[in-house]
Amino acid sequence: MSTSLFTKVVHRQLLLAFRRPAALLNPLTFYAVVIALMPLGLGPERQVLADFAPGLLWITALLASLLSAETLLRSDYDDGSLEQIVTSGGSVYLAALGYVISHWLITGLPLMLLVPLFSQLLSMPTEGVLALVASIGVGTLLLSALGTLGAALTVALRRGGMLISLLLLPLEVPVLILGAGLVERAISGLAIQGLLSILIGLAVLAVTLVPIAIAASIRISLEV
Amino acid sequence: MAWTWFHRLGSPPWIYHFAGRVLRYLLPLTLLMLCVGAVWGLAFAPPDFRQGNSYRIIYIHVPVSVVALAGYYVMAIAGAVSLIWRMKVADLMMRVAAPIGAGLTLLALVTGAVWGKPTWGTWWVWDARITSMVILLFLYIGVYALYEAYDNKTLAAKACAILSLVGTVNIPIIYKSVDWWYSLHQPASIKFTGGTTIDPSMLYPLLLMISAVYALYVCLLLLGLRAGLIDSESTTNWVKREVLGEH
Amino acid sequence: MLFQCRDLSVFRGERYLLTSLSWQVLGGEVWQIRGENGSGKTSLMRCMSGLAPQSFEGDLTRTDSLLYLGHKAGVKADLTVLENLRLQLGGSLSEDSADWLQALDYVGLSPFVDEFAYRLSAGQCRRIALARLLCTTAKLWLLDEPLTAIDTLGVRLIEQQIDRHIARGGAVVYTSHQALELTAPARVISLRGEGGRPDVD
Repeated sequence: MSTSLFTKVVHRQLLLAFRRPAALLNPLTFYAVVIALMPLGLGPERQVLADFAPGLLWITALLASLLSAETLLRSDYDDGSLEQIVTSGGSVYLAALGYVISHWLITGLPLMLLVPLFSQLLSMPTEGVLALVASIGVGTLLLSALGTLGAALTVALRRGGMLISLLLLPLEVPVLILGAGLVERAISGLAIQGLLSILIGLAVLAVTLVPIAIAASIRISLEV
Repeated sequence: MAWTWFHRLGSPPWIYHFAGRVLRYLLPLTLLMLCVGAVWGLAFAPPDFRQGNSYRIIYIHVPVSVVALAGYYVMAIAGAVSLIWRMKVADLMMRVAAPIGAGLTLLALVTGAVWGKPTWGTWWVWDARITSMVILLFLYIGVYALYEAYDNKTLAAKACAILSLVGTVNIPIIYKSVDWWYSLHQPASIKFTGGTTIDPSMLYPLLLMISAVYALYVCLLLLGLRAGLIDSESTTNWVKREVLGEH
Repeated sequence: MLFQCRDLSVFRGERYLLTSLSWQVLGGEVWQIRGENGSGKTSLMRCMSGLAPQSFEGDLTRTDSLLYLGHKAGVKADLTVLENLRLQLGGSLSEDSADWLQALDYVGLSPFVDEFAYRLSAGQCRRIALARLLCTTAKLWLLDEPLTAIDTLGVRLIEQQIDRHIARGGAVVYTSHQALELTAPARVISLRGEGGRPDVD
């Protein structure tokens, strides 16, 4: 197999996202709508919004990631592409890694680029913006890994529904804590290198190890 | 020699009878330990310097919390055994461990609230320990929900094994990050798991209760295992003999 | 030896579909798996292709050079016909674009090469899956109901491809309700259902 499954999966996912931009736009639109709801729920007082901004921006990122996880593998399951991956004799691990990375490129990377804009909607102090971009960029990598795992475990279930949220949110708590904490530290003027390296370390660990579980889960789902 | 043991572990009738024999001794022992420990802690141990008598609930809260967390590892290990060696008994053990663990976690949260009311004046406080317990509860519920969502129970067990293994790796990370989070936002003073050493007169009943709750966990696990074996093997001869014939 | 099983038992949930199957598939052989609906044909195919590792007991070895065509066509609606071959994930397809174009021409899809697959009919989509047979390097073909949604011309095409593949030393295992007329007649495995031992030709 000269082109590895990793390259093929990433190529396909990016091409499909380009053809049907909904995969890229829906999570971002969701994000924007939820952020816009915050002042409506919390009141327009700038200081209040600014105080809560890091947490709100991060919680919304978690929710948006859940949304895109649900349909991540659905279409490849329905049309038999997952079957082709498993029967190909190639490495299902590499295919799983491909899904994780392509998911991040389609949902995490755009969010990372747009989040400074969203942060200003909540009047977040500008000292935190760089930290926000870094934490969202690295954190969404973790969310993509876990999200793909959740998708692989539930793709064959008829009544999957809310299950994926229940499975993923407890596992994503450390990302939320570290991500929001990073931004708050930056706003308070403290150094963030230590925390950021922990987050990066966790992300690297997740991206290399979680695809093993994803590959096993894909095989289980195909047998249902 | 070791292999015959291992093979026996995979045989449902053998496990059923072995569990029965263990329970015959363990169950009364557990009840004894629980009674002695509870009475000692709730009635006879000396009142705390700062918290008076209301602290006594820790004789239930702490053991239950400890075993609830350990129970998740039991569940994950059973899952790992099931994945590696394809043993139906391991599948069953994992499936039984989930609700027991969830129940213990819930009890830990309730007793934590009972402790909280007289100590801090509110029924609920988001401190590090309780927050971690809440997340643990959701992890348990998640495993159970995933199991129920699959129709094919062999596949359900495999999927849950994967989920609980990922959870196992994640739990220390969750606990550490929640600890850190709490230290960030912690109001000035409250530190109930403080650095002060526990007096032996309070320590011994606590240790007894911890052992008692561990023993209770094993009893519940074995009871659930036996019930599950009867259920899943209901069409086989040994079950028919068991239920209808000799006991 | 492209596929071998010893004492294979396939089950679905608590029910055994077949037991104690010992069987070998060598290069140059065509096999048909026959049986009533529900007798386990698809389950056996899925076990053979590696899609159902939890559903069987016994020894099973299989080559990695495999093309599996199941009920799901493996055709992506939002990709063009050509892209569906170029970015195919399984089936050991050749990497040469000339092969793909030739294959599509053979199945009569040349005018639709750059058309999105969602614009095609079900039969045409099925032909994309068939085009894979023409540009695959896989040695063992596992075809589960390959004649689904195929017209008479397509059936003839499949028969020709199978003949060609066998002549080159490959092997084919298929299930089908319709008969296939092949140069070398297929050997048969009959599944009797009810968990019995299948009859090997």
